[in-house]
Amino acid sequence: MAEPVGNWTADYDIFSPEYVKDPFPIWDEIRGKCPIAHTERWGGSFMPTRYEDLFNIARDIENFSSRNVLVADVMPQPGEELEEEPEMVETYNVGAPPITSDPPVHTWARKLLLKPFSVTEVAEYEQETRELCNELIDAFIDKGRADGAVDYAQQIPPRVIASMLGIPKDMTATFTEWVRGFLELGLTNPQLRQESARNIFMFMNDQIQERKAKPGDDLITRLLAEKVEGEPVPESHVLGTCFLLLVAGIDTTWSSIGSAVWHLAQHPEDRKRLIEQPELMPNAIEELLRAYSPVTMARYVAQDTEYAGCPIPEGSKVLMNFPAANRDPKVFEDPDKVILDRAKNPHIAFGVGIHRCAGSNLARMEMKVSIEELLKRIPNFKLENPDVVTWAGGQVRGPRIMPIVWGS
Amino acid sequence: MKVQKVTVDSEKCQGHNRCYAMAPGMFKVDELGYATPRGDGVLKTPQDVELANRAVENCPERAIDIVEDEG
Ligand code: SF4
Repeated sequence: MAEPVGNWTADYDIFSPEYVKDPFPIWDEIRGKCPIAHTERWGGSFMPTRYEDLFNIARDIENFSSRNVLVADVMPQPGEELEEEPEMVETYNVGAPPITSDPPVHTWARKLLLKPFSVTEVAEYEQETRELCNELIDAFIDKGRADGAVDYAQQIPPRVIASMLGIPKDMTATFTEWVRGFLELGLTNPQLRQESARNIFMFMNDQIQERKAKPGDDLITRLLAEKVEGEPVPESHVLGTCFLLLVAGIDTTWSSIGSAVWHLAQHPEDRKRLIEQPELMPNAIEELLRAYSPVTMARYVAQDTEYAGCPIPEGSKVLMNFPAANRDPKVFEDPDKVILDRAKNPHIAFGVGIHRCAGSNLARMEMKVSIEELLKRIPNFKLENPDVVTWAGGQVRGPRIMPIVWGS
Repeated sequence: MKVQKVTVDSEKCQGHNRCYAMAPGMFKVDELGYATPRGDGVLKTPQDVELANRAVENCPERAIDIVEDEG
């Protein structure tokens, strides 16, 4: 068990039970005291919590590189020894472009993804997502209870991304296990993390070989056919991007859907409003994204620098606490209150600057559809027992066990 | 005559699509998601101005401005 935290500005711990359960008062405390908190825990990192600071740092890509986006990092670094077959070392080193790229690679790598993840292309998956949500609801509606995280939220993103990539949907449970192993449970367990990454890379590599032999009508085939300056995109790049799509598209969106369900389960007035005024939904989704932003990315400090008088040495990690920025009272009136039709909401749940989440349109679509369908079929749900809800902490926050009940 | 115009700074826009959603009809987005004002961007009615202000307030990149222009 780690030491309890006494001083949040100089010794924070993003994995401490207190932080995982309810980080909001902690962020308020840090935000009020110091622009950038620091800790030596988990390899050391810095953490801004004010909106303005996050905005500035995210856009300063020269000093704050994205070559490493996880804070408690246990992945082998280029050149580092690894007891693996040589081809695996190479595989690991492809990274997860474009999230782990800086310009110039970032510029074209991102372009490859923007079109398939544009509003129009994502809309093609809407009907399928609706059907999927209804199938999930069919399975539990008569029982009068379900786990809103495990039986619902968690099931949606892996299936949608599988459909986009042309991967069998019965892989869902396996994907979820790998992604959690890599991004969640693996953050503090190097071996699990490495194994999970390996499984994902191996699986995706097989998929790529299959598509090369037999092209399909899916995103992997499409990425393989793309050209950059007249040359085909390197296969290793496609592999890294597929890795990213799986890792980034699952835990994050499922956490957002889960948090939205958690909020609505406790706020009958908001459920009522959304049922009576369905046109509020797009704004409501933005507001839920703001209030319960799941993702805290990291940056790697590329050269000795200074921010707001705070020296930050080369090689440091900076935890980009976008969720805390989205609760900054300087920018958002009454930030701890969920106001479904909030008028001024420039939230940065998807980041800001060139690394703006490429999957944001997909995430929004999945959130909107999953909440709409749930409210349609089960207008009155509540938490069975708020005390048994558990949360994932670290760099992606969302409910992991969340029994909900309805009916009588 | 002076008119008010809405502009999008293409250097800053990162394609969050918020303007498109908040001010329907006022912006168009290309296939990668980057926004530009539809037409000349001139704000003709008070409703236009209100919508444009909403877009300004919701763009996370601070890419949208309302400027005065010789009509
Ligand atoms: S909201 Fe801002 S960043 Fe997003 S598309 Fe519009 S102008 Fe671009």
